[in-house]
Amino acid sequence: MPNPIDPVQITAHTATSALGHGRAAHARALRERRSGLRANDFTREPLACAIGRVDGLEAQPLPDGYERFECRNNRLAWLGAQGDGFLDVARAAVARHGAERVALLLATSTSSIGASEEAYERLEDGRIPADLRRPEVHTPHSLGLFLAALTGARGPCLTTATACSSSAKIFATAERLLRLGLVDAAILAGVDTLCGSVLYGFNSLELVSPEPCRPFDVARRGISIGEAAGFALVERAADALAPRLVGWGESSDAHHMSTPHPEGLGARRALDDALARAGLGAHEVDYINLHGTATPKNDEVEAAVVAAAFGARTRASSTKGWTGHTLGAAGILEVVISLLALEHGFVPGTLNSTTLDPLCGPQVTLANEDADLRIALSNSFGFGGSNCTLAFARGDRA
Amino acid sequence: MTLDVQIEGIGFWAPGWPDWDSACAGLRRGDAPSADAPARPSPALLPPAERRRAPDPVLIACEVAAQACDAAGRDPSTLASVFTSTHGDTAITDWMCETLARAPRELSPIRFHNSVHNAPAGYWTIAAHCHAASTSISGYTASFAVGLYEAAVQARSADEPVLLVAYDIVSKGPLAEVVQSEAAFGIALVLAPARAGVELPSVTLRVDAGAKPTALALPGAFAALASGNPMAASALPFATALVSDAAPVLVLPFGVRGGLVVELG
Repeated sequence: MPNPIDPVQITAHTATSALGHGRAAHARALRERRSGLRANDFTREPLACAIGRVDGLEAQPLPDGYERFECRNNRLAWLGAQGDGFLDVARAAVARHGAERVALLLATSTSSIGASEEAYERLEDGRIPADLRRPEVHTPHSLGLFLAALTGARGPCLTTATACSSSAKIFATAERLLRLGLVDAAILAGVDTLCGSVLYGFNSLELVSPEPCRPFDVARRGISIGEAAGFALVERAADALAPRLVGWGESSDAHHMSTPHPEGLGARRALDDALARAGLGAHEVDYINLHGTATPKNDEVEAAVVAAAFGARTRASSTKGWTGHTLGAAGILEVVISLLALEHGFVPGTLNSTTLDPLCGPQVTLANEDADLRIALSNSFGFGGSNCTLAFARGDRA
Repeated sequence: MTLDVQIEGIGFWAPGWPDWDSACAGLRRGDAPSADAPARPSPALLPPAERRRAPDPVLIACEVAAQACDAAGRDPSTLASVFTSTHGDTAITDWMCETLARAPRELSPIRFHNSVHNAPAGYWTIAAHCHAASTSISGYTASFAVGLYEAAVQARSADEPVLLVAYDIVSKGPLAEVVQSEAAFGIALVLAPARAGVELPSVTLRVDAGAKPTALALPGAFAALASGNPMAASALPFATALVSDAAPVLVLPFGVRGGLVVELG
């Protein structure tokens, strides 16, 4: 078992998704049980499914001087970075600590591949069209190139791309860099946007639900794909009022590329390591934001792991009925939702679902609940058997 | 602020240089690449069907990873791993974009799940029965240096050996004009925290935003490989420095500006 770690402070955080722009919009939609999902209006050819689309990206170009980074994913990053004044706080941290002492940790599953898809739709004599002949938007690190220019951070800068666990894992990366004293702060960003690759790709795997996703419902039919940008600024703990990352666990299923381990071996290992690093027992966990994609297999395995590991007082839910599965951005989006739950003292339920799969333990809740929450976990699992569980503690009340 | 690690084992694959020994001979003595070496690696760790069907990044990554573990005398099932690639599986990206533009419903489910950046890590952990943490990263022209850095950070923070795997493949189709890579290349290192009484090559890393990347003359055919593959562009100067007797200091590209200062001992 890993040794306990010192907590890491979440100085600032924000999210933009189909629920809106910034934390307040997310808190409101969660409270009011208003889903951001809509009928698919994104793909050129019809594909019957629900999507979590961020409005207005088509009409919001990048600011002057950043034209070479133009693509849907970087537009969502630009919009998301302005949520809750995050960009100003991040730039202030760069000025305060010195640019070399601030890491920039990005996470995405598909990066700017939408730009590559567009290029192939309108090839010019078999070539990438001139306006898209920009290497910066045909590479997994596109987000890193754009945000390095935008924030001015000059510390270690890398993109984690482990499918749907990507933006959970960057919290672990940040903790390691801070613990070794290599940086004084890290700017974390997880951004993934709708594109043909994921809509038709998940459809080819028969994992896309024709209706809005119903996590943990006995009649669930698969995922609804969404897009989101989430940001966090993390530093060594100093402000008692700020929420804290207190533990993380990472593991590999070593089972199958696109199906979870049947006994949830990897998920359980990530959970146990997160609790060990946090120095917490399972009975101390108040809320778990589950991966809960609404595929038959994911929810079956995750429900069993939670039922086996936790007592009845721990509350658990999937919020993907609100936002859709935002893939590489899901980890950080659901961190922001977990921190909202801690801050506002409420458990978001599981939207769209009506009849829980009997495999679920008493932890999984459909309805929203008011509750005094101190410790929250967030689960993220990805293709390739990549698992990550994060543990957070509420900041002290002023 | 520096990071110190030791190199326990190295794996290497490029056309004509199927392992680290042959690469060393080329780097030290200028030996020409072997003309009869296979065009794709065939890692024994993978089941036979996957050795034939798996995408190039999976084959190259699994081959060099297995070589490095073998050289280090480490059980592959025990090691945490860091996989790094500048552009990932550009052949699948080309195929997927072409299919989406023509007939999106023809997208193949297996190719789609192979398209994730962590596909080589997925195949590796499955074949090696490894439940340890694995990450898959990218850093554009700094992909080798950020991989080296992240693997060293993990080795030092967990006080355990870590497997680093770095690769890029040949770009295909229209994408090849903007994502330039004309050769396949992979390298793997098992990095471990320095232990007293163990004589192994050492690596000390330091970030310096003012440092200019080193332009190192590479022997013979390695110069072409370094200019033809974005991962080799940084990894080959590192490998050359490793086999040289001078124990030099090397600066690798690390981010928008500046570099990662690498001291070898």
